[in-house]
Amino acid sequence: MEQRFDIAVIGGGVVGLALLRRFAIAGLKCVLLERGSDILSGASKGNSALLHTGFDAPPKSLELRCMKAGYAEYLRIRQKLNLPLIESTAIVVAWNEAELAALPGIVEKAHKNGIADVRAISQTELRLKEPELAKHALGGVFVPGEHIIDAWSAPLAYAHQALAHGAVILRNAEVTDGEFARDVWTLASRQGKITASVVINAAGNFGDLVEMMARLPPFTIKPRKGQFVVFDKPAYKLLRAIVLPVPTARTKGVVLFRTAFGNLAVGPTAEDQDEREIPTCDHDTLEKLKSRAIEMIPALTGIDVNAIYAGLRPASDQKDYVIEAVKDRNWITVGGIRSTGLTAALGIADYAVQLYQKNFGKLPKKPAEEVWTPVPNLSEGRIRPFMMGGEIVCHCEHVTRGEIAAALEGPLPAGDMGGLKRRTRAMMGRCQGFYCSAHIADITRGRFDGKP
Amino acid sequence: MESHDVIIVGGGPTGLSAARRLADLGIRDVVVLEREAEAGGIPRHCGHLGFGWQSHRRLWGGPRFAAELRKSASGLDVRTATTVIELSRDGQLRVQGSTGISEMKARRVLVATGTRETPRSARLVGGSRPQGVMNTGALQQHVYIFHNKPFERPVIIGSELVSFSALLTCRHLGIRPVAMIEENPRISAQRPAALIARLAFGVPVRTSTKLIAIEGRTTVEAVEIERSGKREHITCDGVIFTGLFRPETALFPTGLPSEKFSSAGNVSGLLKTSGECWLQGVAAAQDIAGRLA
Repeated sequence: MEQRFDIAVIGGGVVGLALLRRFAIAGLKCVLLERGSDILSGASKGNSALLHTGFDAPPKSLELRCMKAGYAEYLRIRQKLNLPLIESTAIVVAWNEAELAALPGIVEKAHKNGIADVRAISQTELRLKEPELAKHALGGVFVPGEHIIDAWSAPLAYAHQALAHGAVILRNAEVTDGEFARDVWTLASRQGKITASVVINAAGNFGDLVEMMARLPPFTIKPRKGQFVVFDKPAYKLLRAIVLPVPTARTKGVVLFRTAFGNLAVGPTAEDQDEREIPTCDHDTLEKLKSRAIEMIPALTGIDVNAIYAGLRPASDQKDYVIEAVKDRNWITVGGIRSTGLTAALGIADYAVQLYQKNFGKLPKKPAEEVWTPVPNLSEGRIRPFMMGGEIVCHCEHVTRGEIAAALEGPLPAGDMGGLKRRTRAMMGRCQGFYCSAHIADITRGRFDGKP
Repeated sequence: MESHDVIIVGGGPTGLSAARRLADLGIRDVVVLEREAEAGGIPRHCGHLGFGWQSHRRLWGGPRFAAELRKSASGLDVRTATTVIELSRDGQLRVQGSTGISEMKARRVLVATGTRETPRSARLVGGSRPQGVMNTGALQQHVYIFHNKPFERPVIIGSELVSFSALLTCRHLGIRPVAMIEENPRISAQRPAALIARLAFGVPVRTSTKLIAIEGRTTVEAVEIERSGKREHITCDGVIFTGLFRPETALFPTGLPSEKFSSAGNVSGLLKTSGECWLQGVAAAQDIAGRLA
């Protein structure tokens, strides 16, 4: 690629794509390099898809600042991008006396963080709000602003909007080397050499390794694995709020939450480990998660498990996000963006633009008019393509042949089977491909051959 | 609203047999709704012998049996690529088809939505999530409908009758399973099947063995198994989860909505063969005819 870019973003997760979108809209020439065969193939592949208010984030942290900004911007732009919002609310539930005693502290912290509508609720109010919760729930903290979103459609929409503003996305493009000379970065990637004025490191679980191209990394990635169990659709109506655990030093509580696709899920675990790439599940942990969910909502007994998955959050040895400009290296570090990254992504992008202006120069005077690139809706409760007719291929999730065809076309076609699933939900329902996987293999035959 | 005497949900052996019988009993206003592009149900992709005895006193392969079922239903109102989205109490159905969603109703509704195998997820099997993990049903479609070879040397999990069907399916395209893994001390199918597996196909059957995890980055590379507390790895490139059939009750997770509905075939209680489904379809038709009279 001969062209010299203003910005090269390393990493095609939700954070990298939000950065790409923001800088492309600002009028800069941007490229993104993703090592996987599709975007969202690292940390962004498996999370809990919640939009957080930041009520329990560390006060005065950069993380909180980015979360609040990201949250607000998501609400501002989501309709133009056709992104869902399931207004669920959250309740931090106390299951014993010790946890009950911790509730006032949670309310106080939320208020300190500027989330004023957070309040304690009694056992009576809790039961009114969530009648299916087990009777040993003693009380809670109500957080009205916590919501459920679609963790894949959002970054996909950011990617499409960036492309519409002239950005380039390269997949199968692991950066293998980087050289900074005469104010220009030359990145060696599996898709060839890329030159850019400024590099943004948004490499997620590989962030500290990529950082070494510019300097001694100021953080070390400590990948934290989270396993999840997803229950079948009848479970969706058993809960409204996101049920959060009371955080304690000893126990790693898990969250119960509905999904945008009409399921109910439990997770994540929090397991520190060295593996950066392949998150694995294990049977005993999944059993425990399932029993824990049934303990919290007894009516889950007998409801089938649809899916299991695990994700790796790029936690680091630092208490806060590490987002900073390295002025003499034309480099912006966006590291240690742990589990809150989905919420914070748009806010992180905004913060990075400020760093850019402060360190590397002005943005173009007249940014082009914003182009909006709405994505197909996959969430429950809104219009889905099958309702308009067409041949349904995936029966569990009602995915049409037209949707699958569309996901294989356009400026950012699915790069692998995982990418197709994330774009359409095909094969992600209760039968996990019993009925349709051979059909879909036939439709996609020869498609996934490692295109850029 | 479109209205009929009887709507049958599902055009497999049960549904088609019931439709035929109802017609023979003089009830002509019957519609079969089948979500796949072709009626016939699971036998469509069971390429090996073992079908047709109860209904036709013949021994056919699944696809031939499915074709005979379709032939027997010719002239009846069988609508393919038509998906029932929802059942409601008063005998109404929300139905999706090529033009969108519409409502239908009937005096009686027979639900014959069949069965499917338990996937890896519901078995809570650990490990990574590479390509090449599937149920027998998907494998059969790969092999018999799309002539696609998803792997070369898979392991087969389970030893029910269907597990041997998976074995036969593999055999058809020269896929060589490296092992059949059964948690129980004995194989689940009747004894001769073990002999078939061991002698005819040279596939070792490992009983009292539990699958612990699936390994592999993009495709399956190995499975980890456990026997008497000892763990080991088997190199393979696919995993076939067979059996543990469960009724396809997605349309009525908490039971049928009202008296107007009844169910038959595998969805109402697991049967052994499609021949039995066919017989149940006949019985269900007779029952419905009696109620309509």
